[in-house]
Amino acid sequence: MEDKFILGGVELKSRLFIGTGKYSADNLIPAVCEASGAEVITVAMRRVEKGQQGIVAHIPKTMRLLPNTSGARTAEEAVRLARLARAAGCGDWIKIEVISDVRHLLPDGYETAKATEALVKEGFTVLPYINPDLYVARACVDAGAAAVMPLGAPIGTNRGLRTKEMIGILIDELDVPIVVDAGIGRPSQACEAMEMGAAACLVNTAIASSADPVRMASAFRAAVEAGRNAWLAGAGAVKAPGEAAEASSPLTGFLR
Amino acid sequence: MQLTVNGEKGDYADELTVADLLRQRGHDPAVVVVERNGEIVPAAAFAATRLEAGDVLELVQFVGGG
Repeated sequence: MEDKFILGGVELKSRLFIGTGKYSADNLIPAVCEASGAEVITVAMRRVEKGQQGIVAHIPKTMRLLPNTSGARTAEEAVRLARLARAAGCGDWIKIEVISDVRHLLPDGYETAKATEALVKEGFTVLPYINPDLYVARACVDAGAAAVMPLGAPIGTNRGLRTKEMIGILIDELDVPIVVDAGIGRPSQACEAMEMGAAACLVNTAIASSADPVRMASAFRAAVEAGRNAWLAGAGAVKAPGEAAEASSPLTGFLR
Repeated sequence: MQLTVNGEKGDYADELTVADLLRQRGHDPAVVVVERNGEIVPAAAFAATRLEAGDVLELVQFVGGG
């Protein structure tokens, strides 16, 4: 069965997106890219210090960069960062991240929707990072977002799909791809998101903070593929607690 | 002349282009994006863009992030 994944007019083969933050050594990144099978990789934009090497030198040229607007606290700052990212000459995809809450790092839905609207008008392919709130998500989709990226749990916590119910509602209600971003800590959680019908998962911390990021990248690759296959297969019905068991083997024909 | 580069005020030579500034600081012009007084300077214009006293410059590049 054909299972095309089109995002921003581009066909992607992998439904796993990865990040470039928090690696103990950036020279692990090429092997992580290879093991993950990912095609999309996030980067941030910051002031360049004297003698500091950027991250791009570590990213295989075949990867599609998805710059984020981390550091932005308002829609205006996100728009400024997006323009700078585009000027770096790596395409027009942008992950909007507008955060002013420094403790829990929760995205500001109102500012994110405003930034989405402005950047779509400037021709960007916009992927907003949001709380899985249906109204915020709809505002982003109405403004032209190519996908929405709801959090499973706060950034970098590895706590998993704490917002499962709400992500399920976005999957049910919206016609754009839902890319679960933030909080996924284990391959089983990525698999679960895909089984629910998420279009893709973005995983950074869980891979980068593991003891063996290359092996963990391959584990996430397998989990995302398994979850997608399960969703395509269509899972069987779950019986309610207390309902009678249903034998998988014939109950008659020999001893009874 | 005085310029503000990445938030720091400093004294610089009076005749200075964006390309000169990047070279002086040891930055790779192929990966650094330059914003001058809030406007992006296209990479193709680095060599021809002369800086003026009081300019505020942001020099940024991609770093690791999620």
